[in-house]
Amino acid sequence: MKKSRLKRYLPLYLMLTPGIIYLIINNYMPMGGIIVAFKNYNYQKGIFGSAWNGLKNFIFLFKTNDAWIITRNTLCYNLVFILLGTVGAIAVAVLLGELKTKRGKKAYQTVILLPFLVSIVVVSYIVYGFLSTEFGNVNHTLEQMGKDSVSWYSSPKYWPFILVIVNLWKNIGYNTVLYYATLIGIDTSYYEAAVVDGATRWQRIRYITLPSLLPTVSILTLMSISKIFYSDFGLFYQVPLNSGPLLDVTNTIDTYVYRGLMVTSNVGMSAAAGLYQSVVGFVLVLLANWIVGRHDKDSTLF
Amino acid sequence: MVERNKTFQIVANGVMILLCAFCILPLWLLVASSITGERELIVNGYSFIPSSIDFSAYKYILVDSVQLLRGYGLSAVVTVIGTFANLTMTTLFAYPLMRKDLPGRKLISFFLFFTMLFNGGLVPSYIMWTQVFHVKNTLWALIVPNLLMGAFNVIMMRTYLTSNIPGEVIDAARIDGAGEFKILLRVVLPMSKSILSTLALLVGLGYWNDWLNGLYYINKDTLYSTQVLLNKMLLDTQFLMSSASQGLNIDASQLPSTGIKMAIAVMGILPILIVYPFLQKYLVKGITIGAVKG
Repeated sequence: MKKSRLKRYLPLYLMLTPGIIYLIINNYMPMGGIIVAFKNYNYQKGIFGSAWNGLKNFIFLFKTNDAWIITRNTLCYNLVFILLGTVGAIAVAVLLGELKTKRGKKAYQTVILLPFLVSIVVVSYIVYGFLSTEFGNVNHTLEQMGKDSVSWYSSPKYWPFILVIVNLWKNIGYNTVLYYATLIGIDTSYYEAAVVDGATRWQRIRYITLPSLLPTVSILTLMSISKIFYSDFGLFYQVPLNSGPLLDVTNTIDTYVYRGLMVTSNVGMSAAAGLYQSVVGFVLVLLANWIVGRHDKDSTLF
Repeated sequence: MVERNKTFQIVANGVMILLCAFCILPLWLLVASSITGERELIVNGYSFIPSSIDFSAYKYILVDSVQLLRGYGLSAVVTVIGTFANLTMTTLFAYPLMRKDLPGRKLISFFLFFTMLFNGGLVPSYIMWTQVFHVKNTLWALIVPNLLMGAFNVIMMRTYLTSNIPGEVIDAARIDGAGEFKILLRVVLPMSKSILSTLALLVGLGYWNDWLNGLYYINKDTLYSTQVLLNKMLLDTQFLMSSASQGLNIDASQLPSTGIKMAIAVMGILPILIVYPFLQKYLVKGITIGAVKG
């Protein structure tokens, strides 16, 4: 009996094997490798051969001003992205839903999704096209208006706005499609009843559409909050062209880890920052899931 | 009432058209700049309306520069191989997980799902791929790390299979004497065309647009894909000069480098723009089912 059972399921386990091996290599081995954050890493000796140095990497990291800056930047940018992204996408989705033209709806969706397909490297060329000091569209327009041109890539004060606009541009279509999918799933009989009762358009939106979107809003927001310790590396590294004077407003945990590993060869501190990100990120996922679960068991991630 | 409704529709369409302009004009700046003559670019800067039409930047990319053309080919090869390998691995993982009778299914699902909750981060991954597997400056580096199979896509596919393929169909095939591999090939795959197209689009987009693996693991210029070339060219002006003039008998300073930059960026998104209209519905589907719990 046992033997025939094994024989029956063996092909299924064989199918799983490549994926399991890949997950072990790509995901689980690096999880074990996080101990490098507690070591004085030496490339010749490898992770396991290098000497332990306890919490030294963490102590050095949190003594620097960088630890505060990268945490602040990562958190604040994400909060603004979540807030503006959600409000903007809901507004556009509701507007799309109110439109009568079927072809228009489809065409608009197609166009606003385009930026989502563009790689962040190409996005950095677009931003460069606008902001390049010598050839940028913005500086040439400023000059034509008789104003002084701006050296954008060395003026940190503009970048919080630039990054927010770029992020909004890239993701508005994606978020709109998400909300729009929920919106077209709303039972039309609610609207018909509301029209019979003489409800205005605004009342229909206020009392039917928005409340129906609420579950989707809360799930997506919690999912974003659980990722709030991670940033889009390309947006903060490539789009500002890795410019030194901008670091104060563009350095996030991800760019800090990358620079520590590849540029300044400070593997210990870089690994400490990475572990800090993984652990806080993990706690946030569990927390977000627990909060969702308290309100609605079906909406949890796991 | 009717009159007011008409006004609303006009205003609403107007707002949407403005939004579409906001989305598309930045891309147009790229295209317009790439077909403007070099001299006009230097005088007028990058502009939405080309003051002269000049395709010489594209001529350099497509005819004269070995490096750029090679990068383009490399991106295409990596995207095709990567997407095929990824879909194969994803399907092979998702199908057993839809089988409720499989012993250990819960454990394997958790093993998969946990990778979405916690990760080791860049430093251990980088050390492992370079020191243990020695992928640095190999083609493997562009295909294998992080992109070959992801829990998110497996869960998406498993959910699709569970809700679209009745268990009875598989039981019936087994009673007819078909083995598991045959069931997967002859029964499950033909019923999964829609999810496979969706995944192929998302995975293919991921491979074509990927530049991180190139940034981390490649520093040999024969292995630069389009996105990595784009990355190097903007952050390192010397690199643009040396690579664009490679194999050319001309003075590097004569190159229309201002326009070439934009032309390569356009080439970087061109394949996406070509296939996008045909696959748009799969993209929308992928975004919406991806957001729902797996």
